[in-house]
Amino acid sequence: MTKEEIMQPENIVYRKPELLNDVPMHYCPGCSHGVVHKLVAEVIAEMGMTDKTIAISPVGCAVFAYKYIDVDWQEAAHGRAPALASAVKRLWPDRLVFTYQGDGDLACIGTGETIHALNRGENITIIFINNAIYGMTGGQMAPTTLLGMKTVTCPYGRVPELHGYPLKMADIAVGLQGTCYVTRQSVHSVAAIMKAKKAIRKAFEYSMQGKGSNLVEIVSTCNTNWRMSPDKANKWMEENMFPFYPLGDLKDNG
Amino acid sequence: MTQEIIISGFGGQGVLSMGKILAYAGLMEDKEVTWMPAYGPEQRGGTANVTVIVSDDPVSSPILSSYDTAIVLNQPSLEKFEPKVKPGGTLIYDGYGINVPPTRKDINVYRIDAMDTAAALNMIKVFNMMVLGGLLKIHPVVSIESVLKALRKTLPERHHHLIPMNEEAIRKGMEIIEKQ
Amino acid sequence: MKGNEAIAHAAIRCGCDGYFGYPITPQSEVLETLAAEKPWETTGMVVLQAESEVASINMVYGGAASGKRVMTSSSSPGVSLMQEGISYLAGAELPCLIVNVSRGGPGLGTIQPSQADYFQTVKGGGHGDYRLITLAPASVQEMADFVDLAFELAFRYRNPAMILSDGAIGQMMEKVVLPPFKPRRTEEELAKECPWATTGRIGMRKPNIITSLALVSEEMERVNLRLQAKYKVIQEKEVRYEEYMTDDAEYLIVAFGSAARISKKVISIAREQGIKVGLLRPITLWPFPSKRIAELGKKVKGILSLEINAGQMVEDIRLAVECKVPVKWYGRLGGIIPEPEEVVEEIRKMTL
Repeated sequence: MTKEEIMQPENIVYRKPELLNDVPMHYCPGCSHGVVHKLVAEVIAEMGMTDKTIAISPVGCAVFAYKYIDVDWQEAAHGRAPALASAVKRLWPDRLVFTYQGDGDLACIGTGETIHALNRGENITIIFINNAIYGMTGGQMAPTTLLGMKTVTCPYGRVPELHGYPLKMADIAVGLQGTCYVTRQSVHSVAAIMKAKKAIRKAFEYSMQGKGSNLVEIVSTCNTNWRMSPDKANKWMEENMFPFYPLGDLKDNG
Repeated sequence: MTQEIIISGFGGQGVLSMGKILAYAGLMEDKEVTWMPAYGPEQRGGTANVTVIVSDDPVSSPILSSYDTAIVLNQPSLEKFEPKVKPGGTLIYDGYGINVPPTRKDINVYRIDAMDTAAALNMIKVFNMMVLGGLLKIHPVVSIESVLKALRKTLPERHHHLIPMNEEAIRKGMEIIEKQ
Repeated sequence: MKGNEAIAHAAIRCGCDGYFGYPITPQSEVLETLAAEKPWETTGMVVLQAESEVASINMVYGGAASGKRVMTSSSSPGVSLMQEGISYLAGAELPCLIVNVSRGGPGLGTIQPSQADYFQTVKGGGHGDYRLITLAPASVQEMADFVDLAFELAFRYRNPAMILSDGAIGQMMEKVVLPPFKPRRTEEELAKECPWATTGRIGMRKPNIITSLALVSEEMERVNLRLQAKYKVIQEKEVRYEEYMTDDAEYLIVAFGSAARISKKVISIAREQGIKVGLLRPITLWPFPSKRIAELGKKVKGILSLEINAGQMVEDIRLAVECKVPVKWYGRLGGIIPEPEEVVEEIRKMTL
């Protein structure tokens, strides 16, 4: 059988999402970002919102998200994405508006913007990649870094006396009256990926229905800065991250 | 013609609103007006003063070194603004808050016992309008009709029934002001 | 009405789409007036009290990036907080309006009026090589008039614009004729005026991306050169100033905003005393009327820069006249506004 014979429409089992651009990604091999990007791109297209989406990218590893997902993007200052999204959604109520942020951006420098946007019940979705470390700047401690976990700024492990405790943003979001849907997902297995996609779709739909703000936390790996192979990083995440950041819906008022 | 007026007293005496009514009344007569408060952090109490300029020509500086007329309602205001009245200008003071009366001889000094009168007549709320009446007796910068128009414009509808009391206060003020 | 109220009313009337702000004295009346007027029920304008000035300016960034006419207002310490956002706005070339009703600093300072944010406004404030189109109103009327003008300039050049006022003009009440009512732009008009805006891919056009990031140095240099070319055009075309009694002037006061108002009184007193003084009032602080000041500098014996700060604009005046004529500064600090008589005294000293 020749290659041409195989490449027939009836034989297609998988295709690149139409909104995922055909450019090399800068993410490290094994990084969770690529999978989440794919899910977001698929959901936007499936909802028919390509011409009605305004996305906000953060400062951090996902700063270049605008190169990969083929919709309109605004690149925000560090931590401020929820402020941009609040204004955009209020000015364009019929648009799908979401931010895509990491733990340093969302849970550290932008905690204020995050909590207030969620608390105001802005009809937006915040996609929160929590890999418990600063990726882009080279593996420094994040607010979500687990106790005992080693990073270049806590090389002997995070201890509360020196560094305080890891911050559970989703748990905080649950208590805010403005939030409609708060969920914690991961993308380390096919089943998890399917669930995460459903969660993203639900959050986007709630925000379009004007039900309030939505937080989709994706507990993720950073194998490079965790200094592990991708496979081992997934295992480490299951054993260490999931007990502290348990997966599942924390709040669903939809 | 230009009248440069400073009104000064304690916060809560209606200093700023008296200035505001005067400025609005000027506006009603199509004059050029500027109302410039010295604002402080307090919502109540403290000292308050406002510069009101009513003129037939565009107003230049809202900040002045000297004034045609100073209306002072307490001792600190008298001490601050008596020296700043232009020679030949006017100083109006309320006897209630002033222990040491003004001393300058090159200005026209008037006394108005508005606080005492307002208290006796149960008109404390419109004390400031009584003082304004005194000013208008000495310097008819604007007409009473314009002041009433300004009150109608600036007071919320629900307070419009108080306008006759304001008018009474203005007329009372015109009666009780005395040259010293 | 008050200067601050004039800003709010003018915003509603000139088709502003959104206001995002945080309370701070002496400019809180802007947000208060907007909240009382409820423009969301009439023009559809969005009004939002943000959690901080940092959030406000980034809301402005989001709104501006989507092509909307959006604004914020604050006073000095709040505007300091906004500087990061302003740099991003300039870098991403986003049109918007920022109003600074400035007060005395540094630090928490005072709530009394000051012009000490001149450097911050016209020489950066945030990081990077950028410029803010800066209008300096000297009356409540100009507070109202400059809102629409600032938006027009901002959109013409895709650049943030600043109204640099002060607590005196903000708190002062004067007669004002509000600008005629102008409806907000429709979605179609917006898309036509701002083909670059992130509105969603209307008609499945190619995506629009708003960013100030360019990691490759050559690319970032190109961005900077484009900005500089734009700034040059603005400097050539958009200088605005007012002259008052300069024809026969032997001494020139250069002053903006409330200091310019004081100057007019100074001039009338000085002329009564036989000193021929004129005024050049920069209306745009950037671009600065350097050329006209240089021309006038050749005709006068001395220039006085009257500022309610420790001497900031005086540097730009000296640069403009290339030290060919004596340039003195006079001002008061800490929220004290110089009185006309003390300025006349300074002028008299210059004549000796």
